[in-house]
Amino acid sequence: MTQFTSVARTAALAAALALASSTVFAETVRLGTEGAYPPFNFVNDSGEIDGYEREVGDMLCKIAELDCTWVKNDWDSIIPNLVSGNYDAIIAGMSITDERDEVIDFTQDYYPPDPSFYMALKGTGDDAINGVVSAQTSTIQAGYIAESDATLVEFATPDETIAAVKSGEADAVFADEAFLRKYVDESGGELIFLTPTVSLGGGVGMGIRESDTELTAKFNAAIDTMKKDGSLNALIAKWFDGRKDVY
Amino acid sequence: MEYCADPSTLEGLRWLACYLTTPKHQLFYLSFLTVFALLAITAPVVMIMGFGGAIARKSQIAPLRWLGTLYTSMVRGVPDIIFFLFVPIALDQLVEYARHKIKCPHITDPVYRGSEFIVCEAAKMPLSDSAAWVHNTWSFALAVIAFSLVFGAFAANTIFGALNAVPHSQLETARAFGLTEKQTFWRIHVPQMWTYALPGLSNLWMILIKATPLLFLLGIEDIVYWARELGGSKTGYFQYPHPDWRLWYFLALLVFYLLLTWLSGKIFNRLTSRYSLDHSSNPTKPLLKPIEAGR
Repeated sequence: MTQFTSVARTAALAAALALASSTVFAETVRLGTEGAYPPFNFVNDSGEIDGYEREVGDMLCKIAELDCTWVKNDWDSIIPNLVSGNYDAIIAGMSITDERDEVIDFTQDYYPPDPSFYMALKGTGDDAINGVVSAQTSTIQAGYIAESDATLVEFATPDETIAAVKSGEADAVFADEAFLRKYVDESGGELIFLTPTVSLGGGVGMGIRESDTELTAKFNAAIDTMKKDGSLNALIAKWFDGRKDVY
Repeated sequence: MEYCADPSTLEGLRWLACYLTTPKHQLFYLSFLTVFALLAITAPVVMIMGFGGAIARKSQIAPLRWLGTLYTSMVRGVPDIIFFLFVPIALDQLVEYARHKIKCPHITDPVYRGSEFIVCEAAKMPLSDSAAWVHNTWSFALAVIAFSLVFGAFAANTIFGALNAVPHSQLETARAFGLTEKQTFWRIHVPQMWTYALPGLSNLWMILIKATPLLFLLGIEDIVYWARELGGSKTGYFQYPHPDWRLWYFLALLVFYLLLTWLSGKIFNRLTSRYSLDHSSNPTKPLLKPIEAGR
């Protein structure tokens, strides 16, 4: 009799496990990114999405036991296409701001608040920040320049904001330091940072639909795990020129 | 040792050869097929819609006539870009809304919640766990529908005008010979119509070719997307760093489109001269050629 119950119990347990695991694997989460913002996210020479966020996203999905796929979407429409359900999360170097928080929810930050820098051609004075400044459309930097005394020229992609400075269309480009750094380092002195810096935004987080509180909680927990075990710090050091012990 | 094993040590032509054959560049080359696929699918659909629209506008049945007139004048009066932006989003949401109502009748939460549009998992089109190519094909199909709607209306206008341009005496003669209305339409009216429609249709084809970069606007990774993506300056995060080369990539697209329109122009010129009613240039051509060609 006892043997029978134990067999039955084992069978029930197995069935329950099978059910549970099938529900775990059934959930596919689509991650939307821009693919044009190195080192956060970019399309590498193999045509695949690469960068810091690719690695963070894949690891978070592994921890949260989610089956994730990557989707490319222009920056311009990245929030509208999230709320209309084309994908389930934005992971695209997006800073957490109150304005965006009214439309979507954010996870906690997986990249800390970072000052925004002005980059210009060699020999440009600091007064260029009041001249013509380029920034990417719908970014916190574009919002800041629009409010300031400078003249804002907006571009759809981050790369075009830099091309505008090189061609002389803009006096300076205003963007995240982490994005601009490589351009300055590799320009051979052709491009420089101006002295003024501005602190904007509350760090980079994942954007998720407000109704999707369950997914936000899962990613928050996974980010916690990565912060505690040091794997997030390791990835930051790898992609951001050796920045150490951020979290 | 592999030819392209370590890009950082390559130089000159070998670097370029390896650079131009990266998997990312292969995606660029493949995207030319997207343009051809769009043209190959859209053109016949446009002709069918154009013919249908024109016949509807000429119909004896009033509601059908109204529908035809409404369709052609509505598309003609709205900028193309508005249609290209509106139709795919509207269709996508309509399909998902309908699937939601059918597949998840037990969910009572509204689909439109504030700024959000939420349908149940089973109603997603395509499903979240569908392969990437399914998602791409779906958005491509939506684009094809938008293109067909817009260009179908233009074609309907052209064909409607061409049908009206056929001399009345031709149709009256046909009736006098005892042909029925149907026979008159298909054997006399339509074959003669082509002569008047061809210049307009060839013009439309050129516009269709030149409108294909609108795919880019719809978020489809077409040749314009890849040209911009590949041409943008590349830092050390990439295997093949280079400065801003967008100029060269867009130049390649320019040449591609010029070749395509040039070739199309040649083909249409031959067609026009074949179906032309102007016999002064070719006196040996039989007078009733357009009718024969229609059989």
